[in-house]
Amino acid sequence: MQTILFRRALGAGLAALALTAGAAACSTNSTSAGSSGSSAAGGAYTIWDPYPQLDSSSAWVQLLNKCGSEAGVTVKRTAYDTTSLTSKELLAAQQGVSPDVLVVDNPVVSTLASAGVLTTTAQAHIDTSAVESNILAAGQISGSTYGIPIGANTLALYYNKNILKAAGVDAATITSWSTLTAALAKVKAVGKTGITFSAIGTEEGSFQFEPWFWGAGANLRSLSSARALAALNLWTTWIRDGYAPNSVLNDTQPDNWTEFAAGNTAFSENGTWELANAEKASFPYGIIDIPADNGGAAPTPTGGEFVTVPIQSNTSRYATSEKVVACLTSADNAYTTDTALSYIGATVSVQTQQGNTTAALKPWITAVQTAKGRTSDNLGTKYPKISQQLWTAVQSALSGSASPQSALNTAQSAAQSAIG
Amino acid sequence: MNSRAQTLERSVRDQSGAAKDASDSARARRSRNRSSQLAAWAFLAPLTIYLLAFYAYPLYRNLDLSLRNYTVYSFVHGGAPFTGFANYSAVIHDATFAKALINTLLFTFVSLLFQFAIGMALAVFFAQHFRLSPILRALFLVPWLLPLIVSASTWAWMLDSGSGVVNYGLHLIGIGPVNWLTDPHWALASVIIANIWIGIPFNLVLLYSGIQAIPSTLNEAAAIDGANSWTKFRRITFPLLRPVSAITLMLGMVYTLKVFDIIWIMTKGGPVDASTTFATWSYQLGFGNLLPEFGPGAAVGNLLVVMALVAGLVYIRVQRRQAA
Repeated sequence: MQTILFRRALGAGLAALALTAGAAACSTNSTSAGSSGSSAAGGAYTIWDPYPQLDSSSAWVQLLNKCGSEAGVTVKRTAYDTTSLTSKELLAAQQGVSPDVLVVDNPVVSTLASAGVLTTTAQAHIDTSAVESNILAAGQISGSTYGIPIGANTLALYYNKNILKAAGVDAATITSWSTLTAALAKVKAVGKTGITFSAIGTEEGSFQFEPWFWGAGANLRSLSSARALAALNLWTTWIRDGYAPNSVLNDTQPDNWTEFAAGNTAFSENGTWELANAEKASFPYGIIDIPADNGGAAPTPTGGEFVTVPIQSNTSRYATSEKVVACLTSADNAYTTDTALSYIGATVSVQTQQGNTTAALKPWITAVQTAKGRTSDNLGTKYPKISQQLWTAVQSALSGSASPQSALNTAQSAAQSAIG
Repeated sequence: MNSRAQTLERSVRDQSGAAKDASDSARARRSRNRSSQLAAWAFLAPLTIYLLAFYAYPLYRNLDLSLRNYTVYSFVHGGAPFTGFANYSAVIHDATFAKALINTLLFTFVSLLFQFAIGMALAVFFAQHFRLSPILRALFLVPWLLPLIVSASTWAWMLDSGSGVVNYGLHLIGIGPVNWLTDPHWALASVIIANIWIGIPFNLVLLYSGIQAIPSTLNEAAAIDGANSWTKFRRITFPLLRPVSAITLMLGMVYTLKVFDIIWIMTKGGPVDASTTFATWSYQLGFGNLLPEFGPGAAVGNLLVVMALVAGLVYIRVQRRQAA
């Protein structure tokens, strides 16, 4: 009787063990990884960034290690593709294993902040006073700041000097949409492609369209305005008239650069990050600001990443994060990083230093100074919903599925119901 | 009276003793049973744990995600309110739903039709054992061996409207360029063409091995009776291949329903939603936007699971009827 009871108990125990093991298999990961993440205060210190192209020999990773050892910790750095970093961080936060420092694309900051994942700069004691306000704005929601930009980039027009010379176009005369379109017509007349940009159905498509959208004087809160229509008509007619290839609908920014680098396209709407490649191109290149409709430079969207400090259960880790972030964004180090990433500094001092050493950066510095955060104007987490409708409208109009006006009307009503 | 009582008592005791013996042996048997049952459970445990951890729990989580109103905040901190079928209702009333459903069905059935027909033709062709046929057959397997990212990127490059080799070929024979990936009328056709190419080897291999299993005596006998090759195929090969064909089509259907990489790499489901299927839409909702919508994304994913499940049930039904 005794043995039977014992066996029965053993059986039940085993079954229970099996069940808990099964159930725990899904949750242990989090707890064990969580404890190893936070108990290693003196040891590993985790940093995530969206620069998988930079390996451990790069200046950026060496800077991370240097800042870590100055703060008395060993940095464990993991690089993710920028598009997957948001969901990676949301999952990590859910499991309580957020990295100590997270370097993340600026429009994502508002999303992560609203998810309650990030500390404010006041909590993490990060000094943002030197940062230019238009760049910092992307990380500000309802009066709080959730990180500090590591640098900034934005868009301008690269041009192929050989093609413009052959077409008889002087780049200095391109100051408005009409002068640009006239230049594209001349380029087409000599048998070359006018311009490439990226109208792909992702955030990249909105990012590329916004200089024209804002350059027309349109506002993201009203996608179907007459000014918005003017911008979309500009792109639609360029494709209709053969000034831009139809493939822009499917081109990412690297694709659009590849076409330009092949040497048959006069203009490419692209960013600072292609500067190093431009130097390697087989033809001389120049850069002009993206023109606004009626002249002058159009406001371009700011790109570039923010250094953020995700919330930790072990608050004693913030002291180290404070030192590491201060180190990463100090003027000298920011200069090194921005040079390595081909970015423009987020502070006046770094920008001045860059302008003095590399004259070619001057048009970019002006572009960054007039640039506008996508999530600024207190759009915050409304921006992603609006942006999705914006790139959908661009795709509809450019592919001919809808007229520009009806595409924008659909976008506006969809955006309105999405943001409520 | 006394003695009688004693005998009665003894007999009761004896009976109870016998009963005790009987129950002891039963207990021993039961305990033997129990220990072998325990062993059975121990053998079952690894598989059960594996199934629970890697199938049941994720499925449960996905179902849970689709029945709650998750925001990024509640995704991290918990406490998403239960909303029943609100996500499903939102998905079904979304403008993309009808388009995605039609595209998913078109993509699956058109792909299957061509993959199966071409795979069958090639299998019959290779069954003839001519010279170099093993090498040729191996070459046909290449699409299957290539990583999907490689084949999809190559297709995207070939079908590019400006610099693609397909449009160049069309230009040589005097046909104007087609915007394969960026024209809403062509985008779905383009991804289907790429998917057919990728799926042919799978059909070829399964059907070829099925043909190998058909006894050659049948074909020889038919030949003596004067059957030509088409009749042999129609009367012998095709009917005897029916079970293999059924499993090939069934597996092909499940694989094709959930195809994601090819479409995402080639068109991202666009332009607008011209080549969106449930698989790409689910990803788009959950991960393709700066602000993830986990609930509707999971709901679309579950609809896809249900579609695959229905296909599986139909297959089992058909198989039972064939066996009966």
